[in-house]
Amino acid sequence: MSGTGAPLLEVTDLAKHYPITGGRTLRAVDGVSFTLGAGEVLGIVGESGSGKTTLGRTVLRLTAASAGTIRFRGEEITDYSRRRMRPVRRHMQLVFQDPYASLNPRMSVEQILAIPLQVHEPGLKRAERRDRIEAVLSTVGLFPEAASRYPHEFSGGQRQRVGIARALICNPALLVADEPVSALDVSVQAQVVNLLLDLRQRLGLAILFIAHDLAVVGLISDRVAVMYLGRIVEIAETTTLFARPRHPYTEALFSAVPDIGGRHDRILLQGDIPSPVSPPSGCPFRTRCPYAEAACAEALPPLVERAPGHFAACRRPELTLSSPLSPQPVSRFAADA
Amino acid sequence: MSDVLTVTDLAVRFTGEGGIVDAVEGVSFALKERETLAIVGESSSGKSVTALALMRLLGGPPNCVVRGQVTLRRQDGERLELLSLPEARMASIRGRDIGMIFQEPMTSLNPVQRVGAQIAEGLHAHERLSARAASDRAVSLLGHVGIPEPALRARAYPHQLSGGMRQRAMIAMALACRPRVLIADEPTTALDVTIQAQILELIRALQKETGMSVIFITHNLGVVAEVADRVLVMYAGQVVEDAPVATLLGRPLMPYSAGLIASVPRLDDVRRRGGRLAAIPGNVPDPRARPAGCTFHPRCAHARPDPCEAARPALEAAAPDHAVRCARWREIAA
Ligand SMILES: Nc1ncnc2c1ncn2[C@@H]1O[C@H](COP(=O)(O)OP(=O)(O)OP(=O)(O)O)[C@@H](O)[C@H]1O
Ligand SMILES: Nc1ncnc2c1ncn2[C@@H]1O[C@H](COP(=O)(O)OP(=O)(O)OP(=O)(O)O)[C@@H](O)[C@H]1O
Ligand code: SF4
Ligand SMILES: [Mg+2]
Ligand SMILES: [Mg+2]
Repeated sequence: MSGTGAPLLEVTDLAKHYPITGGRTLRAVDGVSFTLGAGEVLGIVGESGSGKTTLGRTVLRLTAASAGTIRFRGEEITDYSRRRMRPVRRHMQLVFQDPYASLNPRMSVEQILAIPLQVHEPGLKRAERRDRIEAVLSTVGLFPEAASRYPHEFSGGQRQRVGIARALICNPALLVADEPVSALDVSVQAQVVNLLLDLRQRLGLAILFIAHDLAVVGLISDRVAVMYLGRIVEIAETTTLFARPRHPYTEALFSAVPDIGGRHDRILLQGDIPSPVSPPSGCPFRTRCPYAEAACAEALPPLVERAPGHFAACRRPELTLSSPLSPQPVSRFAADA
Repeated sequence: MSDVLTVTDLAVRFTGEGGIVDAVEGVSFALKERETLAIVGESSSGKSVTALALMRLLGGPPNCVVRGQVTLRRQDGERLELLSLPEARMASIRGRDIGMIFQEPMTSLNPVQRVGAQIAEGLHAHERLSARAASDRAVSLLGHVGIPEPALRARAYPHQLSGGMRQRAMIAMALACRPRVLIADEPTTALDVTIQAQILELIRALQKETGMSVIFITHNLGVVAEVADRVLVMYAGQVVEDAPVATLLGRPLMPYSAGLIASVPRLDDVRRRGGRLAAIPGNVPDPRARPAGCTFHPRCAHARPDPCEAARPALEAAAPDHAVRCARWREIAA
C-alpha cells in the first residue's frame, strides 16, 4: 500500500440496490468499504452473485451507487455527472471478462484503440496516435501488424490482450479487471496472468482484480477481499489471508478448490447461496456455516480488525480455521515423484 | 477388471461451409468396470464430440461422418456395436445403459416440463413403471441426489431451481435407470467451487454405491486429480497421453500434458506471489489448418524439425498402462 497521503481509491459504505418486482429490493452490494493505494492490487473473490461485478461497475461509476461514497485521488466522484466524470474516466478503466463480446467486430484493432485517444486526448496528431497505438500493442505483447487486423482474426488470449491494450492506452492509474482470464484456456490464461503481473510491475497500475479462481488471485494480489451476498466478509493482506483465514466462508471457499495435488479433507458446505433479495437475518453466511450458533441469527456481525490490516465479519473470533496451505504440502502423488 | 466400453479408432469429420473439420481423429480407449476415466483438454480439443459420437448424438452424413468402433458390454455379457445399432435400439441404450450429464443443464432439461415429470418419463419408458410408481421413484431420486424437499422440487420447473439444484436434477435423471456407464461432460464447470465440491462428492458417492463406470470430461486438472483413476489428454482431436492419474500428473511424458500441468495456478503459488506461471507459448491450432507432423510442434520446447515435423507420431505404449503420442518421448524422458 502507498504509505503517503490519501489512497488512490477510497470506498465507504457503498451500496447498490436494484428494485425488483413486488416492491422488493435486491441488495447486490451493501455496506462495502475499502481503500486501494496507488500501484496496489486488490483481489475480489466470492461466488457467483456475490456482487463482484456490481462493485466494480459502481466504483467506476458505470452504474450509480445507491448509498455510500467513492473518492478517487481525493476527489469525491459519487455523484459526478457524465460530463464531470469524463476527465476522471481516462484514469480508471475496465477490462471485461469476455474477450469475444467486448470488442466491436467491425472495427480494426487500430480503430478500437483510437477511440479512447480521440475521447481523452483529442489534441493528438495522427502520427502521435499511431505511435501510441504501436507502443501499447508492444506493451501487451502484440506485434505491430495486429493494428490492421479485426477481432475475429485473433485467438481468445490475443483478443484479451487487445482488451487490455484498450484499457491501458490512456495510461490509467486504476484498472478494474473483471474476470479477465476466466474465459481463457489454462495454457493461454497463464500467458495473460503473466502479462498482468508484468504490467503492474512496469506501470505501477492499481488493479481491482475480480476473479473466482483463488489461486490466480493469490498470485497477483497484494490484498484480497472476500465477498458474500453483497458484503465484504473478510479482507487482509494476501499471504495472511491464505495462511490464516478468519472467516468460516473464506475457509470453506479455499477448501472447496480442487487441487492438482490430489484429494484433501474438505469442508463441504450444505445448501445453496441464499437469494440476495431475502438474505438471512444476522450473519448472511449462517445458513451454510458449519460453526453457526443461535446468536449468529441475531445481528449482522461488523467487519472487525482482528490483526493489523486483517478484518473479518464473524462473531466467533475464537475459532481457529484451517489454511489451504499445509505447512508441508502433502501430495497424493508425492510417492511417485 | 473387464472393460465395459471399448472405443477403437473413433473419428469424426464435420463438413460445412467453413471447410472440413476433423474434430476427432483415431481416438481409442477402454473403460473398465467401476473406473473413472477423465478426458481432459483445452477448448475444441474434441472432448464433447467424442462423447456425443459414442452416444450417437451427432447428426449424420453428409455433414457429419463418424467412423470407428464403440463396443458396449452389457450386464448379461452381451456385446453391442453401438455405431451400427438401429436407432430404436440405440435409443433404449441411452439413459438405460449409458447416462449422460451435460455442462449446461438448461440445454438438456425441458424448460416447460416439471422436473419430476421429466425424470418419471425416462423411468416410464425404460423400466415400464406405472405412471404413479415412476413419479414416486422420481421424487425419491431427487431426494437421493441431495435436493431438499424433493416432493416440492419435483413440481418445480427447471428455471425455478438454482444452478446446483438443476445439476443435481440432471444427475438424478441420468442415473434414474442405474446405467452402467455415466458420461459427465463438464458437469461442474458452470458452478461455483463450493457447489462443485458438493456435486463431485455426490458423483463419487453414487459411483461407489452403484458400481457404475464414469467418463468425466473436464478442462480442470484439479478436478481430474480429485475424481479420476485414469486420464486421457486430448489435443487437437487426438489422444496425446493415456495414463493412471498419479502417473499422468506426477510424471507426464508428452510435452503438452507436462505444459498443461505446469500452467495450472495453485493455491500454494501465493508463496511465490508475483512469480510467473509456466505458460505454453502460442495457441491451440485452428482445426481447419492443423500443423503437419506432431500437431503440438509449433508450441513445443522439445520440437525438432526431424522427427517432429515429418510425420504424425503414433500413440505408443511407454508402459503397459501408459500411452504417449510424441516422437521424442524416449529422449525427453531420459
Ligand atoms: N441490473 C441488475 N438488475 C437487477 N439485479 C442485478 C443487476 N445486476 C446484477 N444484479 C444482481 O446483483 C447480484 C450481484 O450480481 P453480480 O453480477 O455483481 O455478481 P458477481 O459476483 O459478479 O457474480 P458472477 O461471479 O456470477 O459474475 C446478483 O444477484 C445479480 O442477479
Ligand atoms: N456440429 C459441429 N459442426 C462442425 N464443427 C463442430 C461441431 N461440433 C463441434 N465442432 C468442432 O469440433 C471441434 C471439437 O469440438 P468439441 O466440442 O469436441 O471440443 P471440446 O473439447 O468439447 O471443447 P470445450 O472445452 O470448449 O467444450 C471444434 O473445433 C468444434 O468447433
Ligand atoms: S458469524 Fe456465525 S454464522 Fe457467521 S460465519 Fe461466523 S460463525 Fe458462521
Ligand atoms: Mg461477475
Ligand atoms: Mg465440450
